Amino acid sequence: MTAAETTFRRRLLARRSAGIGFAVLCVVATLLAIAALAVLLIDVTSQGIGRVSWDFINSFPSRKPEEAGIKAALWGTIWMMGLTAVFAVPLGLGAAIYLEEYAGRNWFTRVVQVNIANLAGVPSIVYGLLGLALFVRALELQRSVLAGALTMALLVLPIIIIAAQEALRAVPSSIREAAYALGATRSQMVFRQVLPAALPGVLTGIILALSRAIGETAPLIMIGALLFVPFTPSGPFDRFTALPIQIFNWASRPQKEFQENAAAGIIVLLAVLLTMNAIAIILRNRFQSAHRG
Amino acid sequence: MAVRQTGMAGASRIKPRGPLEARLRRGREAAIHGLLLFCALVSILTTFGIIAVLLEETVGFFRDVSIWEYLTDTRWTPLFSPAHYGILPLLAGTLLVAAFAALFAIPIGLVTAIFLSEYAPSWLRSIVKPLLEVLAGIPTVVLGFFALTFISPQVIRPLTDAPVFNALAAAIAVGIMIIPLISSLSEDAMSAVPRSLREGAYALGATKFEVARRVVVPAALSGIAASFILAISRAVGETMIVVLAAGGTPNLTWNPLEAVQTMTAYIVQVSLGDTPQGSLEFRTIFAVGMTLFVMTLAMNVISQYLLHTFREVYE
Repeated sequence: MTAAETTFRRRLLARRSAGIGFAVLCVVATLLAIAALAVLLIDVTSQGIGRVSWDFINSFPSRKPEEAGIKAALWGTIWMMGLTAVFAVPLGLGAAIYLEEYAGRNWFTRVVQVNIANLAGVPSIVYGLLGLALFVRALELQRSVLAGALTMALLVLPIIIIAAQEALRAVPSSIREAAYALGATRSQMVFRQVLPAALPGVLTGIILALSRAIGETAPLIMIGALLFVPFTPSGPFDRFTALPIQIFNWASRPQKEFQENAAAGIIVLLAVLLTMNAIAIILRNRFQSAHRG
Repeated sequence: MAVRQTGMAGASRIKPRGPLEARLRRGREAAIHGLLLFCALVSILTTFGIIAVLLEETVGFFRDVSIWEYLTDTRWTPLFSPAHYGILPLLAGTLLVAAFAALFAIPIGLVTAIFLSEYAPSWLRSIVKPLLEVLAGIPTVVLGFFALTFISPQVIRPLTDAPVFNALAAAIAVGIMIIPLISSLSEDAMSAVPRSLREGAYALGATKFEVARRVVVPAALSGIAASFILAISRAVGETMIVVLAAGGTPNLTWNPLEAVQTMTAYIVQVSLGDTPQGSLEFRTIFAVGMTLFVMTLAMNVISQYLLHTFREVYE
């Protein structure tokens, strides 16, 4: 063996060990991220599972932690999310359709597109300040479910638009050309051919956007969703509280019993979120296989 | 409708419908076009709304407080007398949490992205990626609770003499929040690197690690950098974790084991209290909100720009 060969062998060994070392590092880093999720879930479950019961879900908040429940918060969240969807879904879908199917490639479209990307990065608390000044005060909606829903709708709008655009873009242009060839107008082409084809992707995006809104807390604190609400809202102008607000309220108290209530509230919140995520994943998988097939 | 208009028979039936029908059809199309345009304009209006609201109250604030004092005073005590309006303690708190979150999340996020893009077999990717998406979907109030009831008392306090509320616990939770963001955006950037570049390197005898470190990461660098900046911007704007875990006193310090207050936490503190609307104290939250908005916007614009350049190269 020549000297050069020896050097090469030695270096090759060093390079290969570095490779193995890095591969181990990769696995460790990935496991660390997943371990964080696991520890979080275990911690919350072990603290809160003892408090989750039908009584907990069906009781109003109380000064006594063992009697307190999330009825007002759960109904507040359901009301708010329903109204948020009513505002955000048509607007988001409309904007996405405009940008993908109608808008020309000009400076205006670029401005709108860049603007949407930037809005998606605006901190949620800034949306809270907007909601406070615009909906609560200027439009005098007070601290109502409606004010909360409008704020949330603006918050999730960019997410819905971006997701819907991606779904529309994935529809092959041959479908559009075929519709035009049959004499369809642009709106007929969009609403009868492209939109139905993109629907699973659009729905996935909408579900994920709404699941983000369910967990948002900061904007609701800003617009003054109440911390203590012993009633369920009966209309869009009623005052309300929401699940994450109730969790925040309990979590910020020092007593262990309230911490357990917070953990129990988190279990309910995560159960709702995981269900929504699962639906989104199923829809997406069906969407992907339909496109490959 | 579509069926009626096909073929010769269809063509002969279109003609007698006359100009009125054609006009109606054009009108309907124009109406739909207008409606969709309005939907797109709502996003522009939202931006104007945010800027107008923040600007109005911020201008009112700076009528009473000089910009110089706001930017240089080292005390932030707007709710006590004597009132001081120096943003630096809040800014330091925000940057401290964001910096330690980045220090924690960037290595893990980047290495996870390399693993997913270069090493993991597809069956493993299909398990890990949804798990990371679940992590990304955990509400921040939950991560705040986790920081307060687990990270601080079980991890940090046994090892140090930190108080219950400390910047490090919040920073780790914020880091956990931004790991999925970094890993997924960086992985997208790395997946966009053409296969031929990798194969060229392999043909020259490079090991897998060398291909990742010397070819894929440099080629995807602008996308990776964009993900870092976006993640830091997210960390700066994060609210509930720091409200629950970082403490509530403005503190000009670089020690992560002390309690700090961030800009977002201050805004929440004021809106939870009973500060009268229209007062100078109340206006502070809009001035702080403006500062936050400008900072995050600048970072987002840089990130967008980087992402854009990287797309141009490889698409």
